[in-house]
Amino acid sequence: MAGLAISFGSGAMTNSIGEIPDSQVLLIVGSNPTSAHPIIGAKMKQALRKGAKLIVVDPRKTEMAQRADVWLRVRPGTDVPLANGLAHIILKNGWEDQEFINTRTEGFEELREHLQKFPPEVVSEITGISEEQLVEAARIYATAEKSQIFYTLGITQHVNGTDNVMCLANLAMLTGNVGKTSSGVNPLRGQNNVQGACDMGALPNVYPGYQAVKDQESREKFEGAWKVTLNETPGLMIPDMFPAATEKNIRGMYIMGEDPILTDADSNHVRKGLQALDFLVVQDLFLTETAKLADVILPAASFAEKTGTFTNTERRVQMVNQAIQPIGNSKTDQEIICELARRMGAGDSFNYKNSEEVMKEIAGLTPQYAGISRERLGKKGLQWPVPTSDHPGTPFLHEGRFTRGKGCFKAIEHTLPAELPDAEFPFLLNTGRILAHYNVMSRNSKALDNYSPEELAELNPQDARKLKIADGECVRISSRRGVLETKIRVTDRVSSGTVFMTLHYKESPANVLTNSGYDKVTKTYEYKVCGVKVEKIER
Amino acid sequence: MKQEKGKEKRKILVCAGTGCLSTGALSLIQELNQEIEAQGLTEQVTVVPTGCHGFCEQGPTLIFEPEQTLYVQVKKQDISEIIDKEFKQDLRIERLLYQDPLTGKKTETFANTNFFVKQERIVLQNCGFIDPENIEDYLARDGYKGLMTALKQKSPDEVIEEVKKSGLRGRGGAGFPTGLKWSFCRQTHADKKYVICNADEGDPGAFMDRGVLEGDPHSVIEGMLIGAYGIGSDEGYIYCRAEYPLAIKHLKKAIKDAEEAGFLGENILGSGFNFKLYIRAGAGAFVCGEETALMASIEGKRGMPRARPPFPAQKGLWDKPTNINNVETWSSVPHILRRGAQWYTQYGTEKSKGTKIFALTGKVNNTGLVEVPMGITLREIIFDIGGGIQDNKKYKAVQIGGPSGGCLPESLLDLAVDYESLTSVGAMVGSGGLVVMDETTCMVDIARFFVNFSQKESCGKCTPCREGNKRMFEILDRITQGKGQLEDLEKLEKLARVIKDSSLCGLGQNAPNPVLASLKYFRDEFLSHILDNQCPAGVCTAFLSYHIDNELCKKCGLCVKNCPVNAISGDKHTPYSIDLETCIKCGICVEKCKFAAVVRSGKE
Amino acid sequence: MEWLTLTIDGKEVSVPKGITVLEACRQHNIRIPTLCHDPSLTNTAACRLCVVEIEGIRNLPASCVTIATQGMVIRTGSDRVKEARKTILELLVANHPLDCMTCQKMGNCSLAQYAYEYGVSGDVFQGDKRELPLDDSNPFIIRDSSKCILCGKCVRACQEEQVNGVLDFFARGFQTQVGPAFNSKLAESECVFCGSCVAVCPVGALTERQMAGKGRPWEITKVQTTCPYCGTGCNFDLNVREGKVIGVTSNSDAPVNGRMLCVKGRFGFDLIHNPERLTTPLIKKKGKFVEASWDEALDLVADKFTEIVQVHGPDTLAALSSAHCTNEENYLMQKFMRAVIGTNNVDHCART
Repeated sequence: MAGLAISFGSGAMTNSIGEIPDSQVLLIVGSNPTSAHPIIGAKMKQALRKGAKLIVVDPRKTEMAQRADVWLRVRPGTDVPLANGLAHIILKNGWEDQEFINTRTEGFEELREHLQKFPPEVVSEITGISEEQLVEAARIYATAEKSQIFYTLGITQHVNGTDNVMCLANLAMLTGNVGKTSSGVNPLRGQNNVQGACDMGALPNVYPGYQAVKDQESREKFEGAWKVTLNETPGLMIPDMFPAATEKNIRGMYIMGEDPILTDADSNHVRKGLQALDFLVVQDLFLTETAKLADVILPAASFAEKTGTFTNTERRVQMVNQAIQPIGNSKTDQEIICELARRMGAGDSFNYKNSEEVMKEIAGLTPQYAGISRERLGKKGLQWPVPTSDHPGTPFLHEGRFTRGKGCFKAIEHTLPAELPDAEFPFLLNTGRILAHYNVMSRNSKALDNYSPEELAELNPQDARKLKIADGECVRISSRRGVLETKIRVTDRVSSGTVFMTLHYKESPANVLTNSGYDKVTKTYEYKVCGVKVEKIER
Repeated sequence: MKQEKGKEKRKILVCAGTGCLSTGALSLIQELNQEIEAQGLTEQVTVVPTGCHGFCEQGPTLIFEPEQTLYVQVKKQDISEIIDKEFKQDLRIERLLYQDPLTGKKTETFANTNFFVKQERIVLQNCGFIDPENIEDYLARDGYKGLMTALKQKSPDEVIEEVKKSGLRGRGGAGFPTGLKWSFCRQTHADKKYVICNADEGDPGAFMDRGVLEGDPHSVIEGMLIGAYGIGSDEGYIYCRAEYPLAIKHLKKAIKDAEEAGFLGENILGSGFNFKLYIRAGAGAFVCGEETALMASIEGKRGMPRARPPFPAQKGLWDKPTNINNVETWSSVPHILRRGAQWYTQYGTEKSKGTKIFALTGKVNNTGLVEVPMGITLREIIFDIGGGIQDNKKYKAVQIGGPSGGCLPESLLDLAVDYESLTSVGAMVGSGGLVVMDETTCMVDIARFFVNFSQKESCGKCTPCREGNKRMFEILDRITQGKGQLEDLEKLEKLARVIKDSSLCGLGQNAPNPVLASLKYFRDEFLSHILDNQCPAGVCTAFLSYHIDNELCKKCGLCVKNCPVNAISGDKHTPYSIDLETCIKCGICVEKCKFAAVVRSGKE
Repeated sequence: MEWLTLTIDGKEVSVPKGITVLEACRQHNIRIPTLCHDPSLTNTAACRLCVVEIEGIRNLPASCVTIATQGMVIRTGSDRVKEARKTILELLVANHPLDCMTCQKMGNCSLAQYAYEYGVSGDVFQGDKRELPLDDSNPFIIRDSSKCILCGKCVRACQEEQVNGVLDFFARGFQTQVGPAFNSKLAESECVFCGSCVAVCPVGALTERQMAGKGRPWEITKVQTTCPYCGTGCNFDLNVREGKVIGVTSNSDAPVNGRMLCVKGRFGFDLIHNPERLTTPLIKKKGKFVEASWDEALDLVADKFTEIVQVHGPDTLAALSSAHCTNEENYLMQKFMRAVIGTNNVDHCART
């Protein structure tokens, strides 16, 4: 999300889900909405039903790729040259929105200069996409009245994820496709409240509302509110925590509702770090792989057992309402944290009657949430920014003016993924989600688990023939970091030389294979590219 | 180039419509060609396979041009004699001439035959007289002159005005004024408009459209061209049922020839008007004759009607303004443009102008295609043109308008055939099926037959049609099985009312018509079934019983041998008798008995 | 906005131009029964239950597709209209299994409701009844085609809302059915089990398998909440009976998704009552987890944290907050780490 923050001044989705059915052009990059965000996927299909054009950039033949007017089956890790190439074509044909560029952006001349290096013939060579397809995609995107970009982890989960995002932002600004309805750059956030967790400052460098820890004014504001002196050094990001633990620079961890052994890249380095800790507390609903390593496990209540708010990918803050009492002797995370704080002597500032009082405090400290209150959320929620208590919320961002003032073009160079297939690990492993599951938590639904009980790693028929692997057979997949076993589904959804796996199954935990190489800005792991070896298991 | 009188090349027009093909027309054509060559007459005679002559009962038929001699029921063995007598000796073969069933008189020429005398052939004027696969034949009979008149002399609005003035109404059944329909579509603004020809002729016993498509395909194309010009459309579809392969073949050829001749395509006849025409073959659903279902089917969807409005003139094929007419309507248009609305209005009644083709079938002597001026009486059609009832039986009813029509009794024989008068008595013009019934037809059974057709062909979308017709059928079925009750008639009437009132499309709205008309005109037959346990016509097997008249029985044993269920017993010493418990009432014993000793009675 | 004047059942009313007769009637609280109509789907006018009498129109038009026009005179309660509606209901009931007692839809069935209102009995028309096999081939949806009244809402929800087009009509006349291509079972079809079809079914033809036998509508409390799975933020109703969540149903008030949900949101709720849920604090003693009281567990955590902070400094503690937890909880977690522990070492899986 940092890429968008650099280009526009805000990392959030620029537009609303409700605008999708009225789209004229959808450009979907590295995103499989019909599986990972099914309702958004359905709304996109509604747009197609109404005649919208669709461009899909994806190495994998997803449902949307099959429905696309132009499907760019891009070579993994070449999104930057692709986007630059499209921008090159747009400028060459005069399809840019000069007025928008002049009035709303900066850095255009540098970009123009830089794009000289990305003519179609060069880009075609790098990305594996024909020049005709490049031109057609650029024409559809740039010449429509309104075009809208969607991207997900296929763009961000690379060592150059931030670059990828800025390149997409370039495309949107070049064509004036931002700051109006059904037209913008939209990261589809993965987990139910990942937007909210970021908004709430569950990040090592910012307080709630993206107010920087390093910024003295912000720090003083929170010191005043919380009546403490705050640490002015930004903390560690997740990828740095585990090596720090291994090196004994981190001694204790408190993990709430996460299972990093399964969800973080290169599980073995995560496990190593957790095992090196002096003390590990895990607070969760289930005995997760991570919880098994804990010294203390605190049983938490599920979403049905508590009241609070989630913020979705379109910045909509919505109610979570309690339906039943916490199961057994479990408690809500709020209760547990407050109880712990009290035991550590901070009782006064953790004395909340209910979650509504917490929200009151949040609103007082978080500009985007300033106008939000329990009563106002009701059944429909509110989309931030909601600066005042009578502000109706903000369906789309950057109307007339970017959050950072002027939109910022960035000239981006092409960098290679941290690890590419080689002779020893000849297949490229790509990871993602399937419809029936969400990360690891949905396995705890018996209905969903029965429906989709096991990993089916995807392998191209050509490769399967070569390796003499039939549909449904078991293989061993290994990388420099680990090894696992899984069943194979032979399908042309993946191109030759590629393996696709999900991260849902602890029995075949894809993240023992993935590379912990990460993006230099966001420290997002490169889940999407690493080299693996596939061997048939003879039984 | 006209040849010298008398030396003009003569033609043998062989009916090669589907009916005559099935009775051997194809081998006749082969045989004729061989014989002509064998007798060295190739310079003098040509054989022309034509569309339907209309006289299906008498097929295969030959017409000799130019003198129009008509030979009927021609067989392969007749060919050498025909060639020899006709072209070498100039003699007629008496036995091949048509004999009037009523008077017994032979008629020599086509035009003098009673079957044709009272007809007014406008739409069918080319059918049987041209080679439908030869555009030159069509052009020679003023083909595409209507189009030229439209394009060269009239603005689109004037074309529509002319059709309005002609009083032409939709020949598909409902009789909506054609010019008005066109004007609705013309008035809708859109970047694209379509015209469609509904050639999904599905009524049992109806084959008018097939006759025109097979015999004169260019007339349909020309009509559509004129309509498209008037409406402002540049693309058309002919939706033809796949069960008409010959029609599709002729249409394809005609479209290709018309394209080559510049009547279809870009800048037609230098007018700047463009028109492209495609054929779509239907897959056998009756409901696809309903215009919205037809359009859904062209779009590749399940053929199901949708609610109107929006009417096709506003939102039709692919949501664009669309005008649909049926084959006969389109085919009437060229004549109106060529000869003028004024000319057309001389035919027909005040409100129903022009002619209508009927497919005359059933228990009538001359079955076939007949084109008559609107306003002619049923009696004229059935008795003058149709030559009366077969085997001198008594007329009982005529079923008009297919499964949506009704059965009309003898008292209505003098009814003038037009849209309003037929509707007023509970029938309808429909697409033009005319099924004649005699005293051996059971009217309950007929109502059951048509409702069965409708309930099976219901698309299943709306409740009253899907469920209601099924229940009507079940009630009628029970009545024909002797299980009817008096209250069933009320139930039938209630169902009929609701189905008519509340069904979504024309199929449902008209499906009860055969029942209502039968209940109105033949209620006593229903009552006989229910109260007297009797089928007066002797059709419904449930009421039949068989016994052996021992006075007449010669004890030959033939009935015993032929009974499929061994229900008959008896020998030289014991009288023969039928065990009614075992008897399945198949009637084989009656047929087999040489002494009329097996008696069938209609009452149990 | 332009307004029209209509006469409905003898009363003059004003309605905005462009709406249907059905909408006009409903705006004026005139009850019109419908089975196939749904405000967010296209109107097919298939069930014909909403017919009314309109002066100048020969038949009884379906009010759901008839646009109101100036001066229209509408009758919704005439004998003719009542007879048509009652007969239509009689026809539907005649072809419907009357096993209402064990039907999951009891108490929530539109057909039963209207049959009751119009005084329909089950024996007006004797004859065939469809008897079709039950499709319970999958863990989520029970499809009982014998109960289907062919309103087609499921077909439209699948085509127009989810744009999957798995369901359509097939066969004709009395044999007409709804189903996937080649009448395969749902499990063998392209169905993705979003359950939108279930959400719109007015009768018991499509029901949630997990809810079968678990509760009657009048025993259930519905609580609107936000889905815990992906970032779309769909809302739905948790169906609660006696302190237990027995199912999820759509809530058309949901701002993002309306009635739409995916397989996870609609059918993945059973993780709540998964018997493997942790229900008591656990402390690892000699490599094994031992049940503990909250006081024991929290005191231990507080002591250990305090010890680490005092011995090694606050920056040797780190926390993972959670993208699954609420805003309030995330706020409290980072506040706890920053204000109580004294470190900025707090992060969460923002990137997966």
